[in-house]
Amino acid sequence: MTDPRKARVATVSLAGCFGCHMAILDMDERLIGLMEKVEFDRSPLTDIKTFTRRCDIGIIEGGCCNEENVHTLIEFRKNCDVLIALGQCAIMGGLPAMRNAIMHAAEPLRECLEEAYISGPYLRNMTRLIPNDPVLPLVLDRVYPCSEVVDIDYQIPGCAPSGDIIYSTLATLLDGRFTGFDREDIRFD
Amino acid sequence: MIETAGVGAAQDLEIAEICARFGNDRHRMLDILLDVQEARRWISPASMDAIAAAVGLTRIAVEGVASFYSFLSLAPKGRVTIRLCDDIVDRFAGLDAVVAAFAEELGIAPGETSADGAFSLEYTPCIGMCDQVPAAMINEVVAVRLTKARAREIAQRLKAGIAPGEAVLPGFAELGVQERVRAQVENNIRQAGEVLLGPVMQDRGLQAAMAMEPGAIIDAVEASGLRGCGGAGFTTGRKWRFAAGTQADRRIVICNADEGEPGTFKDRVMLTERADLVFEGMTIAARAVGALEGIVYLRGEYRYLLDHLHAVLEERRARGVLGQGFDIRIQLGAGAYVCGEEGALISSCEGLPGEPKTRPPFPVTRGYLGFPTVVNNVETFAHVARLLDQGPGWFHAMGTERSHGTKLFSVSGDCERPGVYELPYGQKVRDLLALAGAEHAAAVQVGGPSGTMIGRDSFDRCLSFDDLATGGAIIVFSSQRNILEIVDYYMSFFVHESCGYCTPCRVGNVFLKKAIEKFRKGQASDEDITYLKELSGTIIETSRCGLGMTSPNPVLSSLENFPLVYAALTRPSKDGVKATFDIQSAIDGARGIAKRRSYIFDKDFSK
Amino acid sequence: MTGESFVFHIDGVAVTAKPGQTIMEAADAAGIYIPRLCDVEGLRHQGGCRVCTVKADGRSVSACTQPAAPDLKVENDTPARNRVRRDLVEMLFHEGNHLCPICEKSGNCELQAMAYRLEMTVATRFPYLEPCRELDASHPDIALDTNRCISCGRCIRASQDVDGKGVFGYVGRGIHRRVAVNGADLAHTDAAVTDHAMSAAVCPVGCIIRKDEGFRVPIGSRHFDHGLIGHEIEEKRE
Repeated sequence: MTDPRKARVATVSLAGCFGCHMAILDMDERLIGLMEKVEFDRSPLTDIKTFTRRCDIGIIEGGCCNEENVHTLIEFRKNCDVLIALGQCAIMGGLPAMRNAIMHAAEPLRECLEEAYISGPYLRNMTRLIPNDPVLPLVLDRVYPCSEVVDIDYQIPGCAPSGDIIYSTLATLLDGRFTGFDREDIRFD
Repeated sequence: MIETAGVGAAQDLEIAEICARFGNDRHRMLDILLDVQEARRWISPASMDAIAAAVGLTRIAVEGVASFYSFLSLAPKGRVTIRLCDDIVDRFAGLDAVVAAFAEELGIAPGETSADGAFSLEYTPCIGMCDQVPAAMINEVVAVRLTKARAREIAQRLKAGIAPGEAVLPGFAELGVQERVRAQVENNIRQAGEVLLGPVMQDRGLQAAMAMEPGAIIDAVEASGLRGCGGAGFTTGRKWRFAAGTQADRRIVICNADEGEPGTFKDRVMLTERADLVFEGMTIAARAVGALEGIVYLRGEYRYLLDHLHAVLEERRARGVLGQGFDIRIQLGAGAYVCGEEGALISSCEGLPGEPKTRPPFPVTRGYLGFPTVVNNVETFAHVARLLDQGPGWFHAMGTERSHGTKLFSVSGDCERPGVYELPYGQKVRDLLALAGAEHAAAVQVGGPSGTMIGRDSFDRCLSFDDLATGGAIIVFSSQRNILEIVDYYMSFFVHESCGYCTPCRVGNVFLKKAIEKFRKGQASDEDITYLKELSGTIIETSRCGLGMTSPNPVLSSLENFPLVYAALTRPSKDGVKATFDIQSAIDGARGIAKRRSYIFDKDFSK
Repeated sequence: MTGESFVFHIDGVAVTAKPGQTIMEAADAAGIYIPRLCDVEGLRHQGGCRVCTVKADGRSVSACTQPAAPDLKVENDTPARNRVRRDLVEMLFHEGNHLCPICEKSGNCELQAMAYRLEMTVATRFPYLEPCRELDASHPDIALDTNRCISCGRCIRASQDVDGKGVFGYVGRGIHRRVAVNGADLAHTDAAVTDHAMSAAVCPVGCIIRKDEGFRVPIGSRHFDHGLIGHEIEEKRE
């Protein structure tokens, strides 16, 4: 890159477990070298909650299970040149998408929420209610992989992805020489 | 309760008797299951156990067959099952009103069986009556040119306990076997050609063949240039030569009367009016290749022809032109388009699910039960009989350089004179449309869904193997019709009819159909056009049989010939958000459960 | 079959074959890997998954069923062939519920390993079909999750041809075609955990599950963590 300025990176965890963010830390000491080329904007790592300016790279962990995830993902798409889906949940829905398999029921969402909060055998929910605070975003009919909602430029597979594959992908992307993953490094687990 | 093949099941005398009627032969599984279906109106787990015990198979093997065919049911069906032909041509001719009339009278929706077990109502793909739509099968009786009033009338008679035949045609019971066929279904022969539908001298071809050496018969068929009339167009003489040249104890001749391509009905007319000629052709083929066994695979939808065909066979036996060495049996199908594929057809004759066979070996060397087998179309066999009578040169002189003789075309859809036309190969589409009174056609589906959809700029193309090859279906659409609705229907047809053996056809066609739905909903972008093409390419390249190799054709040929239809429905994605993603429908369920609007995506007009 | 062996070419490499051998059998012997899922050593060829599709003299055929022939020119490991294969593998992923992170077969799964080998990493264009089939955990030693079944039919052939039992079979048609058991559920068949059909090598995915084995070998130390699928065959090549 000829541009002397640091690349601006934003990250977010949607319907994920933060495992992929932890995996970013698995880059270990390579993070120090990387930080010479990169600065983090909006991200849980910086605790910056809104975009301060346009970013070069947006990294998304998790898929979309509620309306806020969709809103955030669209914000990222608007504010980032390159969007990366990080990990299986962002790529294909992951664990939260297990609920998609009951989508063929008559009222799948109600069935899902009722089992989770009312009728499930291992519950201790004294209120016997499905949580419905106005601050809670509406749940989507199913869990969507990020690429079903917005255009995704790259996907880094894994649950969670290894520090190695995250590092090599970011490093080569920043140098403009990313040509795909080494087949030996691809993992979906 | 777990049912096992124990004493109770094995003692089911009725099932045991049905199995015994077919020699407890597992290769007659389809016949056994059809009879059990008729007797019991479903194939219950206990029935499957009893059949398995009788023929020496596992229950899962029986279930594999029973669950494959649309006309066999694993849940109880009504005493009368009304199968409404759901073809696009029927839909355009007012199917909805007919369905509504039946549903209202019988108190059941399509897919349901009435609580008293009297009626089932269901949809079925093309039943070969596209020239007299809307049509339906009521048990094995065919009812054509249905209207709302007629549907109501038939339903009322059925409710009054009148048998399906009488309900559709009062006086049905008094009619003879052949009269019944002609009373149920119109022939609609609009143009009789020189070979098949014009005057025909009985058994003259066979007499000529009897005076010839088998090799000379094959020479004559090859010299005539006759090619298979089912659509693929393999040279008939060469096929026979392969079968004759393979060392074997038995050889089999099979007539493919599984005319399942939507829009095709010419074999129906041939079997009604020229059954003798078809059997004559089969007998000639048997002499040419050295076969003693013949099978006519008759699609289940043509069950109404069965008694008539048996009568013709019986009459031929009485005349001494059949049954003296070579004889023919009729294998009834049970609702599976894929059985028109010759390997699948052979599987079905063997009592298996109608799955195509791995090629090689080809049927001509290892076919039915492993023996060399010649499979030809109804029309092809009739041609054989005629060309042996009139001479290969006579046949060869008709048509074009690589497509000889005449061809039967089944014309349907938006035209004044739907029906069967026999024309020499090489006619322009435009000329056929003029004959049929379809000058105002906007689109023509040549060769059915697996063929090509062409527009006005292609009406000068020729109907022959060199240009537009076809098994004979010509479906006409006026400018009032929605091209994508047609494509969507055809894809749903292929999804319904894929056997599921191979991945690309089983899964890929579902994806193609879903992609077309996106276009229809206005949720497609320009990239989706590339997607349609690439997905089609994968399906065509990797599918195991002709079904998958042609199933993307409705999409590809409409893309090629009607690009504006697609272009008009695509929209660019905004801000990188997918056109397919619909936030409103995604949160609609949650809005209902939370009983409030979305504070992110719904506008607040209260302020 | 008997007769003289002959030579044909796969991606320009000369391969020797005996009459009657399929393209894949000859390729395996020569140390050339042709990707496959429904085919496995010791069982009849099925030609159903189509992942082994190659171009032989310009015609697309399944390498596991197509006989090799003298002078045949086979195109195998090329970007075009692998793109089509990736489509097929992706179709199988989307037809069932293949959530690798929660599947105990992960790391030993041939479908997953094939996705690695064929680099299935770009954003998908295929919809997810998300089936919802009931789990069959009736048998004391074996569980079946057919939501993960890829209809390869290896268990059917193994049970029928090797075990002589016929525990499994296909039922249904088209997209509804699936593997079912010879009885009300697996406990009511004569299935045994010692059957070849139930061995880890037969089911390529996490559909047939041997109980109590799950995570004995941790994620990261499993079969395909030690090399790409097919590397054993490729290592035979000198």
